[in-house]
Amino acid sequence: MGSLSLKDVHKSFGDVDVLKGINLDVEDGEFVIFVGPSGCGKSTLLRIIAGLEDETSGSIEIDDAVVNALPPTKRGIAMVFQTYALYPHLTVRDNMSLGMKQAKRPAAEIKSRVDLASSMLALDEYLDRRPAELSGGQRQRVAIGRAIVRKPELFLFDEPLSNLDAALRVNTRLEIARLHRQLAATMIYVTHDQTEAMTLADRIVVLHDGRIEQVGTPMELYNAPANKFVAGFIGSPQMNFIPAQILGDDEAATIGIRPEHIKLSPDGGKLKGTVSHIEQLGGDTNVYLDYGQADLISVRLFGQHEFEVESKLSADFDAKQSFRFDADGNTIV
Amino acid sequence: MSTRSNVSASLASSISMRAVAAHAVLITYTLIALFPVAVILINSFKTRKAIFRSPLSLPDSESFSLVGYETVMKQGDFILYFQNSLIVTVVSLTMVLLFGAMAAFALAEYRFRLNLLTGLYLALGIMIPIRLGTVAILQMMVASGLVNTLTALILVYTAQGLPLAIFILSEFMQGISDDLKNAGRIDGLSEYRIFLRLVLPLIRPAMATVAVFTMIPIWNDLWFPLILAPAEEVKTVTLGAQVFIGQFVTNWNAVLASLSLAIVPVLVLYVIFSKQLIKGITSGAVK
Repeated sequence: MGSLSLKDVHKSFGDVDVLKGINLDVEDGEFVIFVGPSGCGKSTLLRIIAGLEDETSGSIEIDDAVVNALPPTKRGIAMVFQTYALYPHLTVRDNMSLGMKQAKRPAAEIKSRVDLASSMLALDEYLDRRPAELSGGQRQRVAIGRAIVRKPELFLFDEPLSNLDAALRVNTRLEIARLHRQLAATMIYVTHDQTEAMTLADRIVVLHDGRIEQVGTPMELYNAPANKFVAGFIGSPQMNFIPAQILGDDEAATIGIRPEHIKLSPDGGKLKGTVSHIEQLGGDTNVYLDYGQADLISVRLFGQHEFEVESKLSADFDAKQSFRFDADGNTIV
Repeated sequence: MSTRSNVSASLASSISMRAVAAHAVLITYTLIALFPVAVILINSFKTRKAIFRSPLSLPDSESFSLVGYETVMKQGDFILYFQNSLIVTVVSLTMVLLFGAMAAFALAEYRFRLNLLTGLYLALGIMIPIRLGTVAILQMMVASGLVNTLTALILVYTAQGLPLAIFILSEFMQGISDDLKNAGRIDGLSEYRIFLRLVLPLIRPAMATVAVFTMIPIWNDLWFPLILAPAEEVKTVTLGAQVFIGQFVTNWNAVLASLSLAIVPVLVLYVIFSKQLIKGITSGAVK
C-alpha cells in the first residue's frame, strides 16, 4: 500500500535536460534516499513524484496506479519541506488539520489524528501556538506532524534537516528514523548530506547529472561502488583517488582507497609524502599527505596521533580494500 | 575599566547626537509637510477679513467664524459630493487591489510564454500618464454612453492605479516561498484558495502601501471629474469645491471649509491602512 514505480522519467526546462531517464522501483515500507550534489535533479524528481512539477515524459505509478495526471492532493502523498512551509496565520493544530478539513473529513476523525500525531512528536503543549512562536526544530516537527496527519501512502521529505543546526539535525534524524519504524510507511527522502543518507536509508539512490549512478543499501554502496562518482560521494572524508601509474598498475586509470584503510608508517609503504596538515578530532585524527600530485592523500586514523607538519611519512594499504577504476570511471571488478 | 566606560560614554553620546540630528530632520520635514494643511484648517474657521489680515494667526473670539462651513452646507449638495467621492475611491481602490493582486500572482507564480513581456507591458503605465489619453478616453466614454456616470470615473481610476499596483505586488509575491504554496497544493487547496488564503494575508502590508498610494490621487483628482462627470448628481468633492472659486470673486471661507472637510475621509482611510503601511515599509529592512 505504498509502492512507487518510476518508468523512464525525463524532465527538461527549455533546452536543459534535468532528468535523463529515471527508472526506479520502491517497495512498500521502504526508506529510500535520493542523494547527490546540488543540481543533480534530486529535488526535481521528488517534485515530479509529488505532482508539483510536470514530467516531460515517462510514467509515475503509486500503488500500481499511474498518477501522472493526478494533482498532488489526489496522489496519496505528504511532503515535508526544507523551509517547513507552515501556514503562518494558522495555529499548529490548524496547520496539521487543514488538509483533512479540505478533504471534508469528520471533525472527530481530524481531532483524533491530530492528537495522535502531536503526541508522537511531543507537540501537545504547542497546539494553540502559531509557527512564529516556535523554534526551528519545533517547526520542523509540526511540518512532519502535518504530513503524518494525512496518513499518506508515501512520505516525501525535501532536505528536511538542512535548516536546522547540527545538534538538532542529529535529534531530528533519530526522530525520523523512529517514525519510519513506528508508521511502517514508505518514505522518499532527498538530501545532499551523505551522512543522513547512510544513517537513515534502507536503500540509497545516488543521482548525478540527471541520471541514477547506483541504487543499493548503504553498505553495498560503501563496499562496492559501481563507479568513481559513487565511490567519491559515499564515505567521509572522501575516498582518495590516486593515478594508477604511480602505483604501477597499467590496466586501471585510477586507484581509490578510503582514508580509513590507509596505514601510516615512517617508511616502507607504497606511497611517500610529507604531512601537510593534521586535524585532531579526539576520537579520530585526519592526516593530509602531500605526495607531489594535485590532491592530498587524506588518512583517517582512529584514536589520537601526533605528527609534525612537514615530516616525511609513508602510506600503505591493503590492495583488497582498494578500488580500481577504468578511464571512464567505472569500477573494474 | 575607566577607558572602557569613557569609550562607551562617547559611543552613547555619538548615538544620541545622531538620534537628535535624525529627529531634527524628520521634524522639520513634518512641519513643512503639515504647514499647508494647518493653514487651510486654521483659516477655514476665520472670517474673510481675518483670513487676509493675518493668515497665520489662530482664530480668536473676534475672528472665529463658521460662515465657510455654513455656506458649504447650504450651497451645493456636499453630502452627495462626499458620497460620490467615497464611492469612486472605494470601488476603484477595491478593483485596483483585487485585479492588481490577481495579475501580480499570475505573473509571479506561473511560468508561461511572454511572462516577462506581459509584466513589462503592464508596468508601462507607470511611466505614461493616463491624462495623455484624455481625448480618446472621452471619446470612448461618449461612445459607450458613460459620460456623467461614476462608472466612467471608476474605470479610469482602476486603469490608472493598476500598473503601479501590479509592479509593487508582483515584487512582493515573488518573495513568498514556493514551498508554502506547494504545501497548500498538497493539502488540496485550489489555486484560488492559495491566492486568497495563503498569499493575500502574507502581502497585506504591501496591499496597504498600494492602497494609500492609489487612494490619494483618486480622491484629489480634479481632471477626470471635470471632463468625464461634471453633472451635478455625479460631482466629486474636489469638483464641488470649485463652485466657490469664481473668475472674479472667490469665496475663500467656503473653499477652505470644503477642503478641510475633504481631508477627513482620506484621513480615516489612511489611519486604517497606516499600521499595515508601516509594516510594509519596514518589511524589507527588518527581517
